[in-house]
Amino acid sequence: MSRTRRRWLVATGLLTPTGLWLGAFLIAPLVLVVQFSFATRDTGVARAVLPWTTQAYRTALDPAFLPIFGRTLAYAGITTALCLLLGFPLAWFIARHGGRYRTALLAAVLVPFWSSYLARVYAWKALLDGEGLVNRLLGAVGLGRDGGFLLTHGAVVVGLTYGFLPFMVLPLYVACERFDHRLVEASYDLGHGRVSTFVRVVLPAVFPGVLAGSLLVLVPAAGDFVTPRLLGGVDQSTFGSVIDDQFRGGNNWPLGSAMAVLLLVLVVVVLVLRGRRGEDVL
Amino acid sequence: MNRRPWVLGAVAGAVFAFLYLPILWLALVSFNDSRSLSRISGLSTRWYAELLDDSRVLESLGLTLRLAGASAVVSTVIGTSAAFGLRRAFPGRGLWTVLLSLPLVVPEVVLGVALLGFCVKLAGIPLGFGALLAAHVAFSLSFVVVVVRARVAGMDPRLEEAAADLGAGPLVAFRTVTLPLVAPAVAAGAAFAFLLSFDDVVTSSYLTGVGSTTLPVFVYAQASKRGVSPEIVALSTLLVATSAALLIAGVLVAAKRARSSTFVGSIRDE
Repeated sequence: MSRTRRRWLVATGLLTPTGLWLGAFLIAPLVLVVQFSFATRDTGVARAVLPWTTQAYRTALDPAFLPIFGRTLAYAGITTALCLLLGFPLAWFIARHGGRYRTALLAAVLVPFWSSYLARVYAWKALLDGEGLVNRLLGAVGLGRDGGFLLTHGAVVVGLTYGFLPFMVLPLYVACERFDHRLVEASYDLGHGRVSTFVRVVLPAVFPGVLAGSLLVLVPAAGDFVTPRLLGGVDQSTFGSVIDDQFRGGNNWPLGSAMAVLLLVLVVVVLVLRGRRGEDVL
Repeated sequence: MNRRPWVLGAVAGAVFAFLYLPILWLALVSFNDSRSLSRISGLSTRWYAELLDDSRVLESLGLTLRLAGASAVVSTVIGTSAAFGLRRAFPGRGLWTVLLSLPLVVPEVVLGVALLGFCVKLAGIPLGFGALLAAHVAFSLSFVVVVVRARVAGMDPRLEEAAADLGAGPLVAFRTVTLPLVAPAVAAGAAFAFLLSFDDVVTSSYLTGVGSTTLPVFVYAQASKRGVSPEIVALSTLLVATSAALLIAGVLVAAKRARSSTFVGSIRDE
C-alpha cells in the first residue's frame, strides 16, 4: 500500500465518526429544511406537503418582511461593530500588557460568559428598566428617560453585544498575541504617526482575528430571537423570531423553512465576501 | 500606540466593568426580599430557600447536567479524533475542513428547526434527551476540533519520532508523549462543549420532550409567561459563583504546574 493511500485511510478513519454525526444531525436536517421550503403548507400533522411550489419564498421576500430583514441586519451589524470597538482594546491590552497575568485576565473575560445566557439577558432587563440602576444613575445627571431604556433598539443592541463579546475577544486575543510589536517601533522610526501605523501595520496583521471574531459574533447575533424578544419592544421581530413563530405551534413550516434558508444564504454570502483569510485563526 | 498605556488600561478596565456589572447586580438582587429585580428593598435569603424546595427546577438542572456531561464526552472523543485526522495533508482535507466549520455558520435557530423537522418527520427520533444530545454534539464539535487542532498543529513531530527511536511502540508513544502534550487543549475543548450545552436555549427549545426540559428552556418558558422568578436569579448566582470558583482553581493549578514544570513541558519549552 502506498504511503499516500495509507495516510488517507488513517485520516479518513479518524474523521469518520465526526463526519457521520454531522451528516446525520446537521447535513440531513438542513437538506430536509430546503425540501420543506419548497413544500405547501399543511395545517394537519404533515405540516409541509406536496405539491412543490415557490410560494413560501414569494411570501418571505414580500416587501412586508423587508423591515424585518433590515432590522436583523442592523442589529447584527451594529452588534459586531460594537464588539470590535470594545473587544479590540481589551484583547490588545491583555496580549501586550497582561504579562504573566494574561491567562488569568483572559479567564476573567470568560467568567460572566460561563454564567447562564438567560440570566445575563435578565440582568440587563433589570438594569435598563424605568426603576433600574442605569436609568437612576443617568437620571441623577439629568439624562434619565421615562420608563427607562427597556423596549428600545438600544437595549437590544446592548444585550446582544454583551452576550457575544467573548466570541470576539478570544480570536482577537490570539491575533494580538501573535503580533510582533517591533513592527510598531519600526513604523514609528520610519516616521509614521499613530493613526497611520495602526491602519497600515497593526490592522493588516491582526485582520484574520478581526474576521474570525466578526463571524463568530455576526452569526449568532443574526439568528438570536431571545434577546430581541426580552429586551425589545412589541415591534422588534427579527429573522430568528419570525422563523421561531412559524415553527412553534406548527404555524407555517414552509415559510419558516424558506426564511431559515434565506438566513443561511445571507450568512454564506457574508462568509464568501470575507474570503479565506480568517481561516488560520479560526 | 503604547506610549500611553494607561489610556488603554482605562479602556480595558471600562470593558471589564461592562462585563461584570450585570453579573454583580444579579448576585446583589438575589438577596432582595421582594420580587423586584431592579430595586433593593431589604436583604434576605428566602429565594435560596425557595430554590432548594422547587423540585421542578432541581429536576431540570439534573437533566441539564447529565446532558452537558454526555455531550462533552461524545464531542471531545470524536472531535479529538477528527483533530488528529486533520494533522497531516491528505486528499480531501479541504473538504473535511469545510464540513467541520459548517456548524459555526449555521445559526442556532436554523439548526433547531431543522433538527425538529428531521426528528419528527424523517427519523422518528422522539424529542427529549436523544434529540438534544444529537444537537448539542453537532454544535459543540467544531469548537473542540478548533481548540485541539491548534494544539496538535503546534506540536513538534520530532518528540514522537524520538519516542519511536527510543523503542516506544505507536500506542506507548501516543499515551506517554502525544496525549500529555495535547491534554490541556482536550480539557479546554471539553469544558467549552460542556458550557455550550449547559447554556443553550435556542436550539434546545425545539427539541425538549414532555418531562425532559432543560433548565435554560424551563427558565425561558417561565420567564416569558410571568417574568423572571428571583429563585432563578438565586440559581444563576450560584452557577456563576461555582464557575468562577472552578476557573480560579483552574488558573491556580495551572500556575502551580507551570512552576513545577513537567518533563514533557520542559522539552516543549526548549
